Amino acid sequence: MIRIVDSLAIVRHLKSIFALLCLGLLLTAPAHAEDHIVTQKNKAFTVADANIKVGDTITFRNEDTVVHNIFSLSDPMSFDLGTYAPGETRQVAFKTMGTYLIECSIHPNMKLNVHVTN
Amino acid sequence: MKNLMDTGLKKNAKVITCFALVLATLCPGSPPRAQQTDPWLRPAEVPAPADNLPSDARILLGRTLFFDPRVSGSGFVSCASCHNPGFGWSDGLQTALGSGFHKLPRHTPTILNAAYGTLLMWDGRKQGLEDQALGPITSPAEMDMPVGDLIERLSHIAAYQPLFDAAYPGQGVSAETIAKAIASFERTVVSQPSPFDRWRMGDASAINTEAKHGFELFTGKANCIKCHSGFNFSDGGFHNIGIGDDDPGRYGILKLPAMRGAFKTPTLRDVALHSPYMHNGSYNTLAQVIEHYNRGGVQVPNLAPEMQPLHLTQEEETDLVAFLDTLTSPRTPVAIPPLPR
Repeated sequence: MIRIVDSLAIVRHLKSIFALLCLGLLLTAPAHAEDHIVTQKNKAFTVADANIKVGDTITFRNEDTVVHNIFSLSDPMSFDLGTYAPGETRQVAFKTMGTYLIECSIHPNMKLNVHVTN
Repeated sequence: MKNLMDTGLKKNAKVITCFALVLATLCPGSPPRAQQTDPWLRPAEVPAPADNLPSDARILLGRTLFFDPRVSGSGFVSCASCHNPGFGWSDGLQTALGSGFHKLPRHTPTILNAAYGTLLMWDGRKQGLEDQALGPITSPAEMDMPVGDLIERLSHIAAYQPLFDAAYPGQGVSAETIAKAIASFERTVVSQPSPFDRWRMGDASAINTEAKHGFELFTGKANCIKCHSGFNFSDGGFHNIGIGDDDPGRYGILKLPAMRGAFKTPTLRDVALHSPYMHNGSYNTLAQVIEHYNRGGVQVPNLAPEMQPLHLTQEEETDLVAFLDTLTSPRTPVAIPPLPR
């Protein structure tokens, strides 16, 4: 009898712990993380500026006729997407607040400012 | 997902001077396009930064400095020694000669239409004409003139003072005014209407059938337009076209794998005048250049994907060269100004 009572108590505790864990995850995860598409076409980005939230992603989509190499050497986060051909995409998650200057190493006139806020 | 559309552009820090566009004089017949809308024709306006708008005084000072050998440590070499107007503003050598006549590793690029570029030099290490102007002058490997010595030398040449006063009142002789003046002159070194341009503006007889076919190949089968695009026949970009030497190129400035062995696309304006070709001057003729592209270049690890064998016939190669020859401006003498004493 004592063992059964102990087991029930353990299960109740586990349920409470599980509930607390789920609540913690909900509190820390981005509320509405979005994916934004930025297209490369005619050796240019289709936008010059983008305002997104922490946790959002940008999908860089090459709709051009040439290869691009999108990169950033900005303080919040540096990245190099490598070269990718027309029709291909690359995605970047922006997990840190700040302003990012995003460029193409092959076509230096291509510039995109991304402002990441909470 | 959200597709971001441009709702407002960030203002560029540089103010582009606006000159009235001059409409092309159209010959009788049906012109393919008006000058102001044809992407293959050079725009009338030349960009200049707001803090160095062109003036006759600035251009005169810049021209004088450009041709003055006293800006070099030896007193013998001027900017025009390597950027010689007689050689299409290059020097006709495989690679440049520097201080002590030592061979430098790269071919002297032309300064023609450099005013329209953003990043200058084969590796793009200079941002605009003002940034570039003092580079070769102060480089120990090139003109070997420290900027302090240059300022002192020019300050002791009496006839330079009124030129500086007229160009930059109250600013005297400084690194900034020297660089700005040279840049102002270089903004006048732009391509003039060539046979190709006259053809684009409606003169059907301006270029021959072979050249017209060459232009079709340039924009089609030969794939040149992927990099040699626009009125300046350059995307201003950086590509590894498989020359096969060990020069790191743009990678020396921007440490990204894609930039290993990548060099800036040069203009093809007046290309027939500024041989040899490629960053190391490895080809003497345009025919050799076309053959390089026809082969698809040397198969190096970072070869640009655009570099593929073209399978051009001999006739097609010849027609491409015929087209490139039509990009040559009328050749006119360039006067050397009296140098101040």
